[in-house]
This record gives sequence, C-alpha cells and structure tokens, in this order.
Amino acid sequence: MLSALLVMAGVAIVLGAILGFSAIKFRVEGNPLVDKIDAILPQTQCGQCGFPGCKPYATSIAGGESEINKCPPGGEEGIQKLAELLGVEPIPFGGDTEIKPKAVALIDEDNCIGCTLCIQACPVDAIVGAAKQMHTIVESECTGCELCVAPCPVDCISMPPIEEKITNWKWKYPVYSLARVN
Amino acid sequence: MPSRLVIPFKQHGGEASKPQVKAGDHVLKGQLIGMPEGYISGAIHAPTSGTITAIDEQPVAHPSELPDLCATLIPDGKDEWIQLEPVDYREHTSEVLQQKLRMAGVVGLGGATFPSDIKLRTGKYKINTLILNGAECEPYITCDDLLMREHAPEILRGAEILRHVLDAGEVLIGIEDNKPEAIEAMRQEIAELGFDFDVVAVPTIYPGGGVKQLIKVMTGLEVPSGKLPNEIGVQCFNVATSRTIFRALELGEPLLSRIVTITGNVRHPGNYDALIGSPIDELIAGVEKLPDTNGYIMGGPMMGIRLPSVEVPLVKATNCIIAISDKLFPPAPPALPCIRCTRCVEVCPVELQPQDLYWFSKAKEFGKAQTFSLFDCIECGACSYVCPSHIPLVQYFRFAKSEIRVRALEKQNADKARERHEFREYRIEREKKEKAERLAAKEKAALAAKEKAALVAQEGAAASTTEPPAPTSTEAALPKE
Repeated sequence: MLSALLVMAGVAIVLGAILGFSAIKFRVEGNPLVDKIDAILPQTQCGQCGFPGCKPYATSIAGGESEINKCPPGGEEGIQKLAELLGVEPIPFGGDTEIKPKAVALIDEDNCIGCTLCIQACPVDAIVGAAKQMHTIVESECTGCELCVAPCPVDCISMPPIEEKITNWKWKYPVYSLARVN
Repeated sequence: MPSRLVIPFKQHGGEASKPQVKAGDHVLKGQLIGMPEGYISGAIHAPTSGTITAIDEQPVAHPSELPDLCATLIPDGKDEWIQLEPVDYREHTSEVLQQKLRMAGVVGLGGATFPSDIKLRTGKYKINTLILNGAECEPYITCDDLLMREHAPEILRGAEILRHVLDAGEVLIGIEDNKPEAIEAMRQEIAELGFDFDVVAVPTIYPGGGVKQLIKVMTGLEVPSGKLPNEIGVQCFNVATSRTIFRALELGEPLLSRIVTITGNVRHPGNYDALIGSPIDELIAGVEKLPDTNGYIMGGPMMGIRLPSVEVPLVKATNCIIAISDKLFPPAPPALPCIRCTRCVEVCPVELQPQDLYWFSKAKEFGKAQTFSLFDCIECGACSYVCPSHIPLVQYFRFAKSEIRVRALEKQNADKARERHEFREYRIEREKKEKAERLAAKEKAALAAKEKAALVAQEGAAASTTEPPAPTSTEAALPKE
C-alpha cells in the first residue's frame, strides 16, 4: 500500500517537474490568438476599424472588445474567416460601410509640392521622396489604405482602382444555363 | 507573306520580354525586338525585315479577351536576314548553350511554351532518359506528324544536341500508333544518321501527348505530384522544339515561324508554315472557310480557346486553328445537376476525383479542393467531355485554381505589408528614442560647458583654448542597437 502511494507520488512529482519546466522553456511569446486573427486581416493598415493598424484591431478582437465586422478591406470573406476561427456567428457590415474595389494611390507628379506629409502618413513606407522634391508611390508596396489622401495640401493624390489586365486576370466563376426538368 | 505582323511580347511561360525597338525603327529578319526579363522568359524576334509601325496594346489570343503589348511590323518584302551566328554545341558548356537558346527565343512548341533553356538546367538531377514527344496534343492537330515526315533529320540532330547537353543515357521517341508514316520516316532517318535512338509507338488515347502521361506510358515511371520530370531522371521535349533547337544552334536562326494545322470547317485543311505574328484572318483567307463557319478555336478542340476575333496574331503556342460551325461543334446542351455517376473518375488521366473537385470548386471550398490535388489537374477536358450532365467541369477547376493562386499572392502581399508596417513602427520608436538621447546629451554638454566656463572665468587664465570641448552631441547620440 505504502509503496504504491510512494510510486504514485513519485510519478506525480516527476511529471509535475517536466510540466513546470516545459511551461518555462517552451513558453509561447505573445498571444497566439492575436497572431491568428492578424493573419486573416488584410494588412492594409488603413485604420478604418478605428484602430491604428491591423495588429491593434486583432488584439482588440482577441480580447473580446471589438466586433468582427469592422474591416471593410477584408470583405465578407474576412468576416467569414474570423467567425470560423473564433467560433462565432458571422455578422454583416454596418449600413454605412462602403466596400471599394482594390486601388493603389497615384500622385499627380506635376502638382506635387514635395511637402512630405503623405510620406509621414503612409503606414507601409510605400512613398518615396524628399522635402521640396517630387514624391512617388511604390506601387508594389501600396496597400490602398487612403491614409495619404487626406494630408495632401494640394489634393494631388488619387486612388484609381486596379484595372483588370492580362497579367492579373483570373478565371471567372462559370456561368451557364441549366436545363429545366419537367 | 502577310501584309502586317503583330508580335506579342509575351508568347512564353514566365515574364514578358522587354521591347528593344520603337515605332519607326527598321528591323531585319531575326533581329531581337524583345529582351527576356527575369529567370523564366524568352526573347522575341522580328520574323521578317520591315518597319515597326507601333508598339501598343493589341488583341491577342487569351481566354480573358484582353489586349496585350505587341509590336506591329509592316514587312518590306525583302526578307533580309541579320548576320547569323551558329555555334558548335560540342565546343560549349551547357550554360553557354542555354543562354544562346534563351536569346534565340526557343520555347516548347507543344503548346505550353515553356522556355527550353530552363529545361536544360537539370541542377542536381541526373537525366537518364530523354523523350521526344511526337504524340499530338489533341485530336485534329497534325502539325507534329507532318514535321516528323518532312523534317526528320533536323528533329533527330536536335535530339542528339539535347542528349549531349543533358548527358542522357537513352533517347526514346514516342509517336502515336496512328502515324505509321511518321514512325517509318523517323526510323529510316535514325538508321541513316547512325544514332542509337528508339522509336516507340504509343497508343493513340487522348491525352497521351501530355508530358506526364507520355512519360508513364513510355518508361513506366510516374512523375510524383508537384514534381517535375527531371526529378525522376526524365526530360521531355516536343519534336518541333527539338528541330528549333537544332536550327538555333547549328544555323543560328532564332524561332521565327512554326508549323500550324489549319482545319475544321475550311475548304483546304492542312499544315502551313506560318511566321510568328501572322494575323489569323489572313491565314484563314488562304484556306477558304466554308459559309456556315461561326467561330475559331486556337489549339485543339479539347483545350483550345475560342478566339475573340480573327485579327489576333499567330503566336509560338499556336499549334492549330480550327474553324467551327454548329454542325462540327454543336453548342453544349444546358447543364443538368451532377448525379455522381463517376464517369469523370474513369476517364481522368491523373486519377483525380473530378466530381469531388467540382463540389469543392462550386462551393468555393478551395482548401479542400487543394487537398484533393486540384493542382495535379492538367485541364485536359476529358471529364467535361464524358459528363452526361454536360457540366463544364474544367471551367470550375480553372476558376478554383486561379482563385487559389490569387489568394496565395494576396497573402504574400499582406505578409510583406505587415513586415513593412512593423518595421516602420520600430523605426519611429527608435527615432524617438534617439532624439530623446540626443537632447539629453546636448543638455548635459551644455551644462558641462557652462560649468567649465565658470571655472575658466574663475581662474582667469588663457587655458580655455587648449581644453578639449565636451563630447559632441552626435557622438553621444549614437544608438546602442
């Protein structure tokens, strides 16, 4: 009886030590849920959700403080994915949310006065230029967040939607007629 | 000779080539007009001598029906060549020959137009078997059959070059058994040239001309999912590509023309040697279309694309042009729901489960479609062909594939944006810290200077000039990271 108790106690102590050790040794830095949510968010860093970037919004969702329908660039699909991840019902966007087609900022280089205000506003450093020099957008890095549009004192930044070209064209969902079965 | 040639800058797999000429330039036959850009790319040449009249977007044969960048060339009729520079393949390394083929614009002429120089880069894999693909891609197409009958010596000498460069052990030539004349012509020529090649008659079953299918039939080896043939020691070239490689190296000629089958609802169907960039309407005019023709297909009846207009040019990939009519190609009857009869499973050459892939693609469950090996689908269209409900299965698969690709790209861009945003935040934070440090150092320096000045004033001596000043602010503000 006693030996059985001792064996069990010994096993418990050893396993407890292993668990305690691994809790310290293999500790996960940060909140893994935040990273998972952040991976779904589109990373436009546009702030339309009311947070300064995608990560703060992800943190807020993980903390249960925000709804999952605050990200227009993510679209309906983003909501679906978040709902799936968090195990909640998907909710539609609010009435005044406007979902725009994907766009890239374009600086009218003739009118740019080189004030650097847009450079300071860009969340992903996608604008190059210097004071009193013309600025230009690095198209491949632009997320289309529109944060540079408002600060421009001469309104020379526009957001033309990305055109469909042969290089970015994709196959469409098949549309065909179905036969009526009488 | 066509009245004008429209030459797209992207006629190959990979990236488009970069224009090297401008409107108004006079070019010679074989002159480079498009420089390859990026790892997978090909050069584009002027197919005849003449004047470039425009470099702009023109309609091209593409399922999107969108225009693409093309050069328009008005031939001067002289057909004047540039200086050709043949090379002896025995005297050069594989890298030199690869570069030569890249600059000669040699791409796979079976239809996929993958740049041939990439296929010669075998890396760490040893090629045991070189296969020449003499099996036509699809019904109706006969351009390779004709090529083997008429140009067997050039094809075989091209194969010898490939064997030499790849250091391949054996050379197998696969020809479908419905082309006895081609088989005979190739066998005779092999005997005459004294090469140690084997001609194998393969059964004529669509899609037997697919690379992975042909390799399986001829060697018994199966190319694993997501792998390339060279990883199992096999490399495969189309017979027309082999001939082009021979001409590019031994004669120095870049790829300027190809043999195309023009057939279907026309009075004189046949194979024609046409310059790259020839407008399809001028080719059709030569074979006289029948009155009830109501459209054209580029490529074969199974995988070809419907042409948006006949003004599009012939490109390196154009192995066939079919004039269609309602009698020849009746429009597909309306689709019925899938009844899970699994006839598509029976015919799938890659042994997929098309009916499952159909459900997943239709429901946009792309993850599941991927686990069911959607990307192994070669889009041969056999499943759509046999489907008793007439469901356009391949269209669904193409849709799903391109959605998955776009999503992967978006994910990549999002990751990049995240990284840039995080770095920006880190940088702003760092700048703030540096500024604070600089400010503190300045204050400290100012304080030290003041104390010193007071000390100096007290002593009243002239020692102040020899005293070193307090550490400058830039030195003190150096970041610690």
